[in-house]
Amino acid sequence: MSKEDIAAQRATEWREALRKEKKNKDRIEIERVKMRELDPEYRITNNEEVNCGLTTEQALREASRCLDCPDPQCMQGCPVNIFIPTFIKNIERGEFLEAAKTLKMTSALPAVCGRVCPQEKQCESKCFYKLKLGKEPVAIGYLERFAADYERESGKMALPEIKEKNGIKIAVVGSGPAGLSFAGEMAKAGYSVTVFEALHEIGGVLKYGIPEFRLPNSIVDVEINNLRAMGVEFIADCIVGKTISYDDIHEMGFKGIFVASGAGLPRFMNIPGENLIGVMSSNEYLTRVNLMCAAQDDSDTPVIKGKRVAVIGGGNTAMDSVRTAKRVGAERAMIIYRRGEDEMPARREEIHHAKQEGVEFLTLHNPIEYLGNEKGKVTAVRLQKMQLGEPDASGRRSPEPIPGAIETIEVDEVIVSVGVSPNPLIPNAIKGLEISKKGTIIVNEETMRSDLNDLYAGGDIVRGGATVILAMGDGRRAAKAMNEAIRNNKL
Amino acid sequence: MNKIVEKEYFSENVVKLVVEAPLIAKSRKAGHFVIVRSGEKGERIPLTIAQADAEKGTITLVIQAVGKSTKKICALNVGDYLSDVVGPLGQATHIEKVGTVLCCGGGVGVAPLLPIVEAFKKAGNRVVVILAARTKDLIILEEQMRANADEVIIMTDDGSYGKKGLVTNGAEEVIQREKVDMCVTIGPAIMMKFVSLLTKKYEIPTVVSLNTIMVDGTGMCGACRITVGGKTKFVCVDGPEFDAHQVDFDEMLMRLSSYKEME
Repeated sequence: MSKEDIAAQRATEWREALRKEKKNKDRIEIERVKMRELDPEYRITNNEEVNCGLTTEQALREASRCLDCPDPQCMQGCPVNIFIPTFIKNIERGEFLEAAKTLKMTSALPAVCGRVCPQEKQCESKCFYKLKLGKEPVAIGYLERFAADYERESGKMALPEIKEKNGIKIAVVGSGPAGLSFAGEMAKAGYSVTVFEALHEIGGVLKYGIPEFRLPNSIVDVEINNLRAMGVEFIADCIVGKTISYDDIHEMGFKGIFVASGAGLPRFMNIPGENLIGVMSSNEYLTRVNLMCAAQDDSDTPVIKGKRVAVIGGGNTAMDSVRTAKRVGAERAMIIYRRGEDEMPARREEIHHAKQEGVEFLTLHNPIEYLGNEKGKVTAVRLQKMQLGEPDASGRRSPEPIPGAIETIEVDEVIVSVGVSPNPLIPNAIKGLEISKKGTIIVNEETMRSDLNDLYAGGDIVRGGATVILAMGDGRRAAKAMNEAIRNNKL
Repeated sequence: MNKIVEKEYFSENVVKLVVEAPLIAKSRKAGHFVIVRSGEKGERIPLTIAQADAEKGTITLVIQAVGKSTKKICALNVGDYLSDVVGPLGQATHIEKVGTVLCCGGGVGVAPLLPIVEAFKKAGNRVVVILAARTKDLIILEEQMRANADEVIIMTDDGSYGKKGLVTNGAEEVIQREKVDMCVTIGPAIMMKFVSLLTKKYEIPTVVSLNTIMVDGTGMCGACRITVGGKTKFVCVDGPEFDAHQVDFDEMLMRLSSYKEME
């Protein structure tokens, strides 16, 4: 993507006409759209998607707010550099399929990104409305979702243009957002891509982690099937480093390998009682409910359906867990977080939705011990009350214990959601691969290439713990760099 | 999908299945396990690999029908398929020549013990095996053990076969009779606990292979966590084998009962 490309797209006749159709001073008078949501009391009884999407009228109106800036800053805020004004103006002129096509030029998973990207911190944070007018930004995320959903529901899903097959085989480890994004880009460039997945389902965190009410599995499957239609092959139940080795991958004739094996080990706090029955990681809880459908009666996988559930942490995964607990039947679902609400890393929307659904927020509380009964089941958590002190290295005010302020709350399930460490499987299995102290694979930030010539990596195995869209951005950059390396005979 | 090519009942509730899994058969080593799932709504459960045939591309699993999922798998027949078999997982057994190795197996734990016995024998050790069960019908893999070990001692609780007594009675007899350099024990958690207490008394280094509750089996969920030497470890990636004298068996026994009431 160059400035010239952006300018050329903007200079098309229809875009110029569209800009003249409505005056900017009228455009900026339009209020930002509000997306319809399911009623909180209804939605906690089921798993239906909470956000309902925009109507056509809403989308047209919202698209007309976009000023089609000559130097669109929103694109700088997007990790995969979607041609944002181009797709929005296509919506404004009613060419919804064209809008979807524009999205797919740079994003393998637009329907996913439109739902789970933190747009408020990315594209929308750079919007002219936000930066210069002090108004609510154009709802880029909602519009992205609208275009992607429209295309899917129209039954006229277009495959991106695919270069002639070059016969070169590329392996991908992990089918989460980084792996899927990389696979899509390489397939477009003409490579024969095979994705190896350790679990029995394709999709990684999009399937096992993010709940149905935020991202329906059927939507993820449509995007995966699109990649299949583009020629990407998926192999489930295959763990690179265990089932097949790095050497096997070479023997099988793969020229390059992209490792996107994700965030592995859940972190615990190492406090007394953490191994009691009923205390578990958010990874375990969400995997049981999302991937294994454990909350459904016909599933063989069990899950504890706590009545008083404490979720420890303030990130998106904590919000996903606590909202899931509510749906699984918790009477009291609590977020316990050692800092204040302003310091929570979760998206504001998630916090807002959780509150609407009756989740209690115990901020400035830190668990110090879990208590159990004679059967080893957790029955209570002891909480140290905190206060905010000086800002720490992360710039957030650091929490300090208030001496003697300890309270005990009854719980029958605790979900620990305080982060993950990178999965050690690949780092342990591949000799010579340079690994950081944190256990992440060290790569060149531009090319995502590791110290091994043919091994690139991205997503949480490199970042330690990030977002879907940053992982996708990594996949895209790695694909670009690997493609260049292969074309220049440097691989 | 993995086809079942052979099935044998070791006893009413213990079944041996030989399953097609060519890549796993090729790459597995003694001590490794697999995660198995049966049916679209099936649970992911860990099973240790008993034997493998790289040429035929098969692995052998021995399963005891205790819960919903194991009962379902035991009911499968030759020609049926397991939905998923993934592995080999965990760290392989550390095999070296140490002298005399005492291998204590109880119940279906005897199955994963077999490849370890084979490997220690191959490495030039004297291997003494104790097979223990409640009663004669529950003693499994005796012949295969005899083919690989220097000596096999059978212990039954009711005295219906071999000697009457617990695995620990047999083990203590061996320890008092000859110098034992190392002990490996696999079986019910309670059995491993008592073997461990015994060998601790005699200061014999002891390895246990643990089979805990797991979901993914690759380090992602933490359901399998146990305390070893005061530190939390994940059986799936740090194990399944640990220094028996460091394992908190009481906590492990408690955690194994997490979902008992729901079944």
